[in-house]
Amino acid sequence: MRSSKRLLLSFAVLALASPTDLPAASAAGAVRYNRDIRPILSDNCFACHGPDANRRKGKLRLDVREEALARKAIVPGKPQQSVVVARIGATAPDELMPPPDSHKKLSAGQKDLLKRWIAEGAAYEAHWAFVPPVKAPLPAAGQGKPRPANPVDAFIQARLAQAGLSPSPEATRPALIRRVTLDLTGLPPTPAEVDAFVRDLSEGAYERVVERLLRSPHYGERMAVDWLDAARYADSNGYQVDRDRELWPWRDWVIRAFNANLPFDQFTIEQLAGDLLPNATLEQRVATGFHRNHMLNEEGGVLADEFLAEYTADRVETTAAVWLGQTFNCARCHDHKFDPFTQRDFYALKAFFHNVPERGVGNYSNPIRQNAPPFVKLPSPELEAKLAGLNAKLKGATEQLAALNQQSTAGLDAWAERVAAGVSWTQVELLAASGGDQPPRVDEPARAVEVGPQETRANTLKLTARLPAGTFTALRFECATTVAEASFQWSELKVAKPAAVRLRAVTAGDSLAATETVKVLDNDRRTRAVLVVKPALAAQAVFELEPALASSAPSEVELELGVEHAGGPTLWRVFVSGAEPDRLVPTSVLAIAQKPAAQRTAAERRQLAEFRLQQQPEHRRLSDAVAALKRQVADAEGEIPTTLVMEELKEPRATFVLMRGAYDRPGAPVTAGTPAVLPALEEGLPRNRLGLARWLVSPQNPLTARVVANRFWQQLFGTGLVRTSEDFGSQGEPPSHPELLDWLAVTFRESGWDVKGFLRLLVTSATYRQQSQLTPALRERDPENRLLTRGARHRLMGEFVRDQALAASGLLVPKLGGASVKPYHPPGLYEQITAGKGYNTYVAGKGDDLHRRSLYTYWKRSVPHPAMLLFDAPFRESCTLRRPRSNTPLQALNLMNDPTYVEAARWLAQRMMREGGDTTAARVTHGFRLLLARSPSQRELAVLSAAFERARTDFTRDPAAAKALLAVGEAATDARLDAVDLAALTTVASTLLNLDEVVTKE
Amino acid sequence: MIADALQRHLARRQFLSRSGTALGAAALASLLAPRLASAAQPPHFAPKARRIIWLTQAGAPSQLELFDPKPGLAAQFDKDLPDSIRQGQRLTGMTAGQKRFPVAPSVFQFRPHGRAGLWLSELLPHTARFADDLCVIRSLHTEAINHDPAMTLLQTGHQIGGRPAFGAWVSYGLGAENADLPAFVALISRPSGPTNAQPLHERMWGAGFLPAKYQGVRFSSGKDPVLFLSNPPGITPERRRAMLDDVAALNRMKLAEHQDPETQARMDQYEMAFRMQTAVPELADLSKEPAGIYERYGPESRKPGTYAANCILARRLAERGVRFIQLYHRGWDQHNNLPGGIRSQCHDTDQPTAALLGELKERGMMEDTLVIWGGEFGRTVYSQGVLTKDNYGRDHHPRCYSVWLAGAGVKGGHVHGETDDFSYNIVKDPVHIHDLNATALHLLGINHQRLTYRFQGRDYRLTDVHGEVVRGVLA
Repeated sequence: MRSSKRLLLSFAVLALASPTDLPAASAAGAVRYNRDIRPILSDNCFACHGPDANRRKGKLRLDVREEALARKAIVPGKPQQSVVVARIGATAPDELMPPPDSHKKLSAGQKDLLKRWIAEGAAYEAHWAFVPPVKAPLPAAGQGKPRPANPVDAFIQARLAQAGLSPSPEATRPALIRRVTLDLTGLPPTPAEVDAFVRDLSEGAYERVVERLLRSPHYGERMAVDWLDAARYADSNGYQVDRDRELWPWRDWVIRAFNANLPFDQFTIEQLAGDLLPNATLEQRVATGFHRNHMLNEEGGVLADEFLAEYTADRVETTAAVWLGQTFNCARCHDHKFDPFTQRDFYALKAFFHNVPERGVGNYSNPIRQNAPPFVKLPSPELEAKLAGLNAKLKGATEQLAALNQQSTAGLDAWAERVAAGVSWTQVELLAASGGDQPPRVDEPARAVEVGPQETRANTLKLTARLPAGTFTALRFECATTVAEASFQWSELKVAKPAAVRLRAVTAGDSLAATETVKVLDNDRRTRAVLVVKPALAAQAVFELEPALASSAPSEVELELGVEHAGGPTLWRVFVSGAEPDRLVPTSVLAIAQKPAAQRTAAERRQLAEFRLQQQPEHRRLSDAVAALKRQVADAEGEIPTTLVMEELKEPRATFVLMRGAYDRPGAPVTAGTPAVLPALEEGLPRNRLGLARWLVSPQNPLTARVVANRFWQQLFGTGLVRTSEDFGSQGEPPSHPELLDWLAVTFRESGWDVKGFLRLLVTSATYRQQSQLTPALRERDPENRLLTRGARHRLMGEFVRDQALAASGLLVPKLGGASVKPYHPPGLYEQITAGKGYNTYVAGKGDDLHRRSLYTYWKRSVPHPAMLLFDAPFRESCTLRRPRSNTPLQALNLMNDPTYVEAARWLAQRMMREGGDTTAARVTHGFRLLLARSPSQRELAVLSAAFERARTDFTRDPAAAKALLAVGEAATDARLDAVDLAALTTVASTLLNLDEVVTKE
Repeated sequence: MIADALQRHLARRQFLSRSGTALGAAALASLLAPRLASAAQPPHFAPKARRIIWLTQAGAPSQLELFDPKPGLAAQFDKDLPDSIRQGQRLTGMTAGQKRFPVAPSVFQFRPHGRAGLWLSELLPHTARFADDLCVIRSLHTEAINHDPAMTLLQTGHQIGGRPAFGAWVSYGLGAENADLPAFVALISRPSGPTNAQPLHERMWGAGFLPAKYQGVRFSSGKDPVLFLSNPPGITPERRRAMLDDVAALNRMKLAEHQDPETQARMDQYEMAFRMQTAVPELADLSKEPAGIYERYGPESRKPGTYAANCILARRLAERGVRFIQLYHRGWDQHNNLPGGIRSQCHDTDQPTAALLGELKERGMMEDTLVIWGGEFGRTVYSQGVLTKDNYGRDHHPRCYSVWLAGAGVKGGHVHGETDDFSYNIVKDPVHIHDLNATALHLLGINHQRLTYRFQGRDYRLTDVHGEVVRGVLA
């Protein structure tokens, strides 16, 4: 008797310490390994006596029964003879287990449980999540009660009955329609929708609401948000440089897939291996963007192999987390310490993802937004037509040019004679220089300008030069360096004064070829001439001046150079020449021209003739036209959206176990394979991503259906049946309702992975429809609602807090998909921490861009939208399957003061005035209903009406304040509305937007 | 109410698994009743430091120019770095292709300072006045060789993002001391000269897998020192107060009906937001600092957003009980033109750093403030690019570098660790980033092995599975 009393006491302790609130073994019931023992062993013992062979102490493993028995650690039925029991009860520190330095300690209750379990025979059970789920028969209802129509309720209510609890009543209709509308679309219901539902007393009214919501295009947007977290979607590459990428077409694919109710198995297969499907469509290839969502390092000096190892590891970890609910990151450096996955399993999975033709690092010299291969292009029909037109013109001009090249050679020798005389150059005096990262220095005696290294992009250097009197037809730049070698990325050149002078790139003497220097004349900073500069051998660039510069006195010329990145320092000199332009020839041509005509070979004569042709006006006109058309084609192609995709190398890359996970320490080679502890990849499946994807959704896989069903449950109920929705392993929590989870998993799979059908099943359950009120009794008996004694009540995700405000106020632009947009953003955030001209400032969009749904907000990984971060959004650097829900003062500041919400309050006030009626009470009620679906109580109305009257009196005395408040935000409100009334109602609307109930789904 | 909420939090969150209850209770108390937070108990054991000011020099300052004198290198000018020293260690992609690795001796002179005779560079004349307070670690080493992973490792104990920043761990473990201010604040300063300022990343002061409430709050110069702090135009504090009273009245009705403690928590957060609206502008307003203060911190201190101005702000934050102040200064990445670049950086940082130390001492705060100065890795002894007598560059070097600690519980006038003649390898007392973090936590009274948070089934900590307290630096 005494001992059983102690046992009860110790259970009380255990219940407090346990991560779940679900009762463990009752004192009377049998001890169960999975429920009672595994959590203790896993948390306290497995790290040293578990699956990880390398770190195993004393060669003892306790996770496998035979091994524990063989070493007498456990003697079934005989706790006194079991070493485990002796060691956990030892008093000597070097005998005690877990050892004191592990900072782990077993409670008395846990020790008793272990003893009881051994006394009862020490039966092991396979880890629940690895046992294939089976559909248990539906539990019987309580005596005299009919079995609930919805199977979900049968399981939930049976468990409640066991605990002596009963469900809560159904929520009110306004509460219910707000809940389900927010859950399925992330938007609030309109008052008309609420009224229709409240009035519809016929059978199936609620089910019809659910059908309408599942058909709404906003359903796909809402579903996508959680999936984007899982897939670590962002609009930038991450890491230090964090430039833009284009992957939004994949995001739009996700929205379309949810809206089209693509079965989840197909959803899986297309995202993991759409490119490997027979006759893969462009859509299916776009879907594979899922595994290009990982970060990409563009930092100078990163090693491709190191980061390739990161990206492939990320794919393994993400796949294992999203589909298997397993923490594979733990097996990257060593065997998993808690779950039966080996390091080899990790790299066998990596082998599936290691065959993408990718470089491992980004290419920093590529233009921003240019995706890292592989990617696909997605031109619109209009753009395709435009391109076809341009290409046709280009073809015509090219053909004309070719015809011109066939013309005669008359007058060739006379021209050659003029060329042979050579061209003389005059160095010009440089007066001033400015611009760039550091101001250039004019070096007087050398008549040169020293330009320091330019670390950033989009620098513009200005040079002022003095030309002597005379007529000048050509300009030559020379660039040398005082260091061994420096590269200089030269993007632009123009004559700023006199402005009428145009430049033409020519190849003359030892200058860079015009094909290279033409890149500085195209007004496009993305194209650059790259000079490799050395001290002795100056790089030269020659340009013809059109028209010639002529002056009878010395004159000043201003030149502008665009520089994107430069080593150095470099020394620049400028020369001019008055030679006729057709005498500007490359050294090779000059050499031929200087030979006596008779000694020229046929090939040399041809070379001369071709070169001369190129100098003729008609030839120049045509070649200019060709160049211009090529640019237009390139520009049009630049407008084509692209999206990152997966592709498969013909020959798979070799994959090795990486010792300690280090990219440069390859160990044993591995081939693609699935984890040994799970059912094998079936015979007929290919050993590539497609096979892996099919294996993930095969009926034999015990995990995927459970893991996915649990996440949908989490999305609606706030907490999964398995609370640790990202960890179905031994350290995760076991399910609160194991039979229900299995029933749901099998049902989902057998339905053909019908996602909408599954959500319909959940939201039409009585369990989902319960009211969410707490009572002292419920708080006592079911504090966290794990038994589902009531409806879910929790704060909305950050995206939906904003979307709700936009929708209720009428600001929301409901356009689906497209490139990401930049709504309001506090100033200065980018400037403080980012670098790189062109992407170190946030330029907010205009018009519609300000009021799109939040999932379209541009997501920069180093600086995600601050309001989203405040509401627990992740950085999207790695897979996230469960966001925390915190409650902070910064959230309050955001909702009170962010122009987003101040503007939304103004628009909400406008709706209250225009649509609500003439009385304050009616207007306030309308605003209340727009956000909360219900009408305010008399007491609530009294508070809000008084607030309005107070604000009106206040603003009447201070109309300037009213005006200032109304000026926040770009969206205009109706100017005919009375400013004082509108401002006063705006403060009331802001009050509403800040209510706990408004930011909460209840 | 509070007891109920405590119960709920106990059940819902694990704070410090398997650790003493004092720390967990302190954290809870600060969460739920912030005004009581000043009564926070010492955590695992009596702390030496109550707060940390981390002067984070982003971009990696060269140890060879500042803290690790190698007079013998003068004779090695332009000679190749011996293979026996380099030992084939990996290099970054920026110099891996170099044909030679010519030794670049520092152009700056060192001399001993203070009673202890601590050797410091001529670049740090102001800091040198506090030589007897500094504990220079010359043997710090890291694993990453590029900025982003290295800075992430320094701040979160892991090269890849996703884990909480040091300050977030402290915020989670110890809570806030001041009811009206966050526990963890990040300040970012702007270099005055044109430099290669390496980008930072919000994750560096992020909460990782901890709830968002523990994330560092970025204080900026300008209208809103904290995001969204200011009321919109037309809304006076009185109007805001009235509105908050309405919100509270309506929330109370909701609470009475629904009884969700989360509603009460939100009401508390709104009150704290309101208090922050007063406390933060007062704190960030440097205009009332006497002129003498600006003289001490130097000419840049009058410009908002500079390192000097942020040092004044850091002292004000420390005075008001902010636990963890992470002050960044960017621009130390001198791959070329190092002598000019580092001179400009020291111009920005030396005098304000010294002024901060001086003020902390005068106000008696050095005794319970730990100041850390340093970056994410060191720089190579060999020149990147062309070497001349007075100009050279240095590449990234993770194998050894220097930082200094000062203040609470730290030996002053002390050098810990030693590098070889080339400052390329450590020859004595290596200190890993995890060891540095373990030591800093130790000074806060926290056993780094016991400050844990369960995520994905694993008990994570700042020092991962590593870290030894560096006893040699403790006073």
